[in-house]
Amino acid sequence: MKTFRALPSKVFRLRYMPAITLLVFLTPVGAGLISSVLPAFGYLPALGRSDFSGEAWGQLLHHPAIPASIFTTITTGFAATIISLGLALFFVAAWYGSPSYKKTRKMLAPVLAIPHSALAIGLAFLIAPSGWIVRAITPWATGWDRPPDVAIIHDPYGLTLILGLVIKETPYFLLMILAALDQTQAEKRLTVARTLGYKPISAWIKAVQPAIYKQIRLPIFAVLAFSLSVVDVSLILGPSAPPPLSVLVLRWFNDPDLSYRFMASAGAMLQLMIVIAAISLWFVVEVGVSRIFRSRSSMGKRHFFETEIKLASKAGINFLVMLFSGSLLVLVTWSFTWRWRFPDFLPSVWSFHSWQNNLHNLAESAGTTIAVGLAGSIIAIILVVACLENEKQRGKNAGSGALWLVYLPLMIPQVSFLFGVQVISIKANIDSSWVSVIWTHLLFVLPYVFLSLSDPYRSQDNRFFNLALTLGSTPSRAFWRIRLPLLLRPLLFAFAVGFAVSVAQYLPTLFAGGGRFATVTTEAVNLSASGNRRIVAVYALLQAILPLIVFAAAMRIPNFVFRNRQALKGS
Amino acid sequence: MTNTNTFHQPENSVTASALHLQDVCVSVENTKLAGPINLTVAPGEIFTIMGPSGCGKSSLLAAISGTLSTNFKVSGDIFLGSQSITALPPEDRHIGMLFQDDLLFPHLSVGENLKFGIPAAIKNRNERDALAEKALDDAGLPGYMSRDPATLSGGQRARVAVLRTLLSRPCVLLLDEPFSKLDVELRDKFRQFVFRHVKAHHLPTLLVTHDPDDASATGGEIIQMANTFT
Repeated sequence: MKTFRALPSKVFRLRYMPAITLLVFLTPVGAGLISSVLPAFGYLPALGRSDFSGEAWGQLLHHPAIPASIFTTITTGFAATIISLGLALFFVAAWYGSPSYKKTRKMLAPVLAIPHSALAIGLAFLIAPSGWIVRAITPWATGWDRPPDVAIIHDPYGLTLILGLVIKETPYFLLMILAALDQTQAEKRLTVARTLGYKPISAWIKAVQPAIYKQIRLPIFAVLAFSLSVVDVSLILGPSAPPPLSVLVLRWFNDPDLSYRFMASAGAMLQLMIVIAAISLWFVVEVGVSRIFRSRSSMGKRHFFETEIKLASKAGINFLVMLFSGSLLVLVTWSFTWRWRFPDFLPSVWSFHSWQNNLHNLAESAGTTIAVGLAGSIIAIILVVACLENEKQRGKNAGSGALWLVYLPLMIPQVSFLFGVQVISIKANIDSSWVSVIWTHLLFVLPYVFLSLSDPYRSQDNRFFNLALTLGSTPSRAFWRIRLPLLLRPLLFAFAVGFAVSVAQYLPTLFAGGGRFATVTTEAVNLSASGNRRIVAVYALLQAILPLIVFAAAMRIPNFVFRNRQALKGS
Repeated sequence: MTNTNTFHQPENSVTASALHLQDVCVSVENTKLAGPINLTVAPGEIFTIMGPSGCGKSSLLAAISGTLSTNFKVSGDIFLGSQSITALPPEDRHIGMLFQDDLLFPHLSVGENLKFGIPAAIKNRNERDALAEKALDDAGLPGYMSRDPATLSGGQRARVAVLRTLLSRPCVLLLDEPFSKLDVELRDKFRQFVFRHVKAHHLPTLLVTHDPDDASATGGEIIQMANTFT
């Protein structure tokens, strides 16, 4: 009996936590991948097939939509990543330390909190032929009495898809660059270069950027992988005939004809190969580019398109800020609209109908969203804190290898392993349950919680903790009374990040929930094709509001708790 | 160590002009940090500003080089010869600066760090390489071109940082306690190294330090700055 009672505390000993955490979140990814690979080669006993064959691949490669679909996937994925990265790097290079830089910095958290799909829906309402922008200039400037017949949304080149991705990815890169700046002596490097006669942008590119780049390489890969395989934004804004590969694969997985599962699995593997090839290609090009940069930096040229980059990057960021604000505003407007005829600039009849008539569904999907989000973020926080505390007590940091593992679920396309996860959870009898939904969300929540918490946790001054011990406090008391309260701000921030990530999940909810779990995001994305802008706007707005509330709380609670503690007040 | 002037354009000695500070004050949020300071540093002269830490001497140097952060305010005028450089951005002032830390770029080799300093007007790669190699030879670091700065000793790194600054052909040199982090034995040798180059390049040089040994080694004028917060 005694050993049994001791068991839980033994299992949950701190030093096992990294292993448990990795198990919790790498097992589904690995097993999911394997279970997705097997059907691609004809093995899926659940459908009565256990003979290995390359049939699915032949089917896939001869599918008429495949060439164009791969082309769209690659062009939109690379374009979105390169544009976002370039814009973010150039903006920081040109405006670092200026008032407009500080202003932009403040906007990052809210932009990042809002799910991709909510912004994509807002963007569609903004720039569609019957969208707000056209309404604003019609008929006085255009003379149109009906929306022009142009495919702006779902345009065949994926330009709108690229734009939608850039709105979210640029601020993400900005945030990553900011985090990297703190660790690279950027200020001093810049001062040296400036006193050696270098103009600001040239100084930045040659003296600071190489150090920054090393730090943001993994986030770049994550963004590239995401852009190449995103499903929800592609469904809302992307080309439809043919769609990007990820959407095509999802369509096959959802086909009532179950035999499509085999081709879908092969497609999912193709998607994975595209991402791996893209990251490898990026790696190779990066080596070449950094060589050129290095040899250029010893040529002593002291300026690099200073004025052009300054103006263009500011214009680019302002454009994105305008689209972002416009997208949110148009969602608010549509959600309170009863009648809004083209080309009126504003609705002619406002009402609460869209909210009232859907109150029941709204409350239910919001409830599910909040429950899954809270559970996922709390579990993630507990696991991450346990891992980081283990590091602290053993006095060594997990190496950069661990960081790769953390990023792994963010670099593997969701469609490539979620089907496998579904297959396994059916076998384990946990499919379409809260467990499977929360667990699947955890795969994406955990990395982001880890990334937001690890720096503040690792850099916390250990002397406070040790001092508590020398004062006679037990380690666990020192942990609960000293360590965690001092980390309240980053803990709550990481929690908010985790919650926002969970709210945004579309595909994981779909696959793990077996269609029985409706969150505001699955509702918004599924309804987005319906054409009922009022209802879609309500769901999309709710998608945006939920994480924003949590972020606002995460910012304010520490200010309240520490209202009489000068040293712990936020800036 | 023969002619230390070889990697520097000779005409600098002809065009060298003095550094003048006229009523220069540095303040932050209406609190005066330093000044008003009036001084003139002739070419080849080393002028020392002594003071305890926190007296605003580093801010003064940052004000002269133009790298002061924007929440500081600078008043007064800074002249190079007869030309005011007060309104110029740092990169157009031609003011070289050495810091407590060597701040060699860790992503570049020793040679690339040096070539980073050489003006772009020298376009020929071989010529640039030759200049950097010559500078290293003169500093007692022959064959160090492709070395990673991280593998150098503190004294070697400090010398490379000086060379990088000199290769950029500054008109003025500012020294922000560049000797304070070196061992005592190294400190004197490195001081002589820097001072010799200053003289050879006819650079008006302003040194801030809290070490009386630094000040007495210069053989130049010394002023004492008081701590304005006390």
